[in-house]
Amino acid sequence: MMINNVKNYIQSLFLWELLKGLHLTGRYLFKRKVTVQYPEEKTPQSHRFRGLHALRRYPNGEERCIACKLCEAVCPAVAITIESEPRDDGSRRTTKYDIDLTKCIFCGFCEESCPVDSIVETRIFEYHGENREDLLMTKEKLLKVGDEEEDQIAKDRSRDALYR
Amino acid sequence: MLEILYQFISEQVLSPITALIVPLDYQAQALIVLQTIIKILSVLVPVLVTVAYFTYAERKVIGFIQGRIGPNRVGFFGFSLWGLGQPIADAVKLIVKEIIIPTGSNRFLFVSAPVLSLAPSVAAWAVIPFDDTKVIANINAGLLYVLALTSLAVYGVIIAGWASNSKYAFLGAMRSAAQIISYEIAMGFALVGVLVAAGSLNLGEIVNAQSGSIIHWYWLPLFPLFVIYFISGVAETNRAPFDVAEGESEIVAGFHVEYGGMAFSVFFMAEYANMILIAVLSALLFCGGWLSPVQGIPVLEDLLAWVPPILWLLAKTSFFMFLFLWFRATFPRYRYDQIMRLGWKVFIPLTIVWLVVVSAMVVADVPPWFN
Repeated sequence: MMINNVKNYIQSLFLWELLKGLHLTGRYLFKRKVTVQYPEEKTPQSHRFRGLHALRRYPNGEERCIACKLCEAVCPAVAITIESEPRDDGSRRTTKYDIDLTKCIFCGFCEESCPVDSIVETRIFEYHGENREDLLMTKEKLLKVGDEEEDQIAKDRSRDALYR
Repeated sequence: MLEILYQFISEQVLSPITALIVPLDYQAQALIVLQTIIKILSVLVPVLVTVAYFTYAERKVIGFIQGRIGPNRVGFFGFSLWGLGQPIADAVKLIVKEIIIPTGSNRFLFVSAPVLSLAPSVAAWAVIPFDDTKVIANINAGLLYVLALTSLAVYGVIIAGWASNSKYAFLGAMRSAAQIISYEIAMGFALVGVLVAAGSLNLGEIVNAQSGSIIHWYWLPLFPLFVIYFISGVAETNRAPFDVAEGESEIVAGFHVEYGGMAFSVFFMAEYANMILIAVLSALLFCGGWLSPVQGIPVLEDLLAWVPPILWLLAKTSFFMFLFLWFRATFPRYRYDQIMRLGWKVFIPLTIVWLVVVSAMVVADVPPWFN
């Protein structure tokens, strides 16, 4: 007891712990830096990355969405608005499919709930809007993203299919 | 080289100007005034540039210690140059920014507080010798003057906190006042130790009293005072780990919450100028100032004889400046009562004890320092 007290006292008097701390940070000064210099370098993305949304089509060009409105129901941020009516051939289709990106929290529930893999989240994360309308993804915009990214989306889905 | 430049300016530029515009009777005095202004500028401008780049160094060093690379984008003319343009960009941003004066504040004091905090830290440079001859004012009581001015800086902080009419600012100012007063004493005693050892208050003479070799410098016989002086210096400048006056996690930004734009940046400059001042004082008082560390070592001394003395001073100062940054990157903030305990119960008794030891050593003419 006594010895320990004396030892503690001497150690604190000579700032022993503080010197140890300085030694540690001093070593880190010369360690390799881990900064990723963003626009030039990018971190690898998971195939489950949840970025900008997209609506997919079947290979024959038919849109997948059947207006079941599961995504609208499950969306915790109430960011999705869907309106639907029967198309001329009698199938049920959406007339309006809006995702408000200012509300969306990118939880991926819409993607999970979709029975036909129509609404998906892509790897796109570098986008911006200069007014609110730019961040309101309409059906046309979502389908366009889906058409442009179909290769990547299909690849990511097939990789993830193993675990589903 | 600096002497030649000064000679040139004083003879080729200043003399003709005074001869041209000043009446004949006052030419000698006018020349002295102009020469003094040139001397002041030759110290002040480098100090302020150092302040600017010290902020850059701080971000770089702390970044490196945290495994980052710090600012590296802003450069000149399209070259990024490791971010060397960053301080300039920051300065421009702060100058352009609007200064908001709170409605409830005391306008006059609110505006004068930043000035009051910057002025002493800049004025103290008047007595700092850079060389045997290079000093603006070679006064006898230099050490006393420095001690007085470094204590004055607290008025800027207190007045800022009071004039802001804000709770956080006031709390910060109170903390800072209590802290500076406590550490002032330990710091003063540490300086008394130097005074006893050197037998002079003149900073140039203090440095010359340390000549001989690296073990003749006062860091060895006055080691506890040296450590206490530097730690008190860190506390005096309100730097981490003694930055309770700012305490961004507790009281937002302490005394300067209400300040923005240039008014804030003046506080910022004052803090950094104070740090540089403490660094240069530690170098002068305890580490032999401009004296070469290889003095007295047979071969090395001749080998490094070409190095101008001022470079040694700058190197030592840079080391102490680096210590400030190293401390900030390493230590968590002291709790308020811990700061007070350290100041009153550890530093002051220790300095008094060591003062007695130093006095005894001086009286007994202990070699190699006091014979």
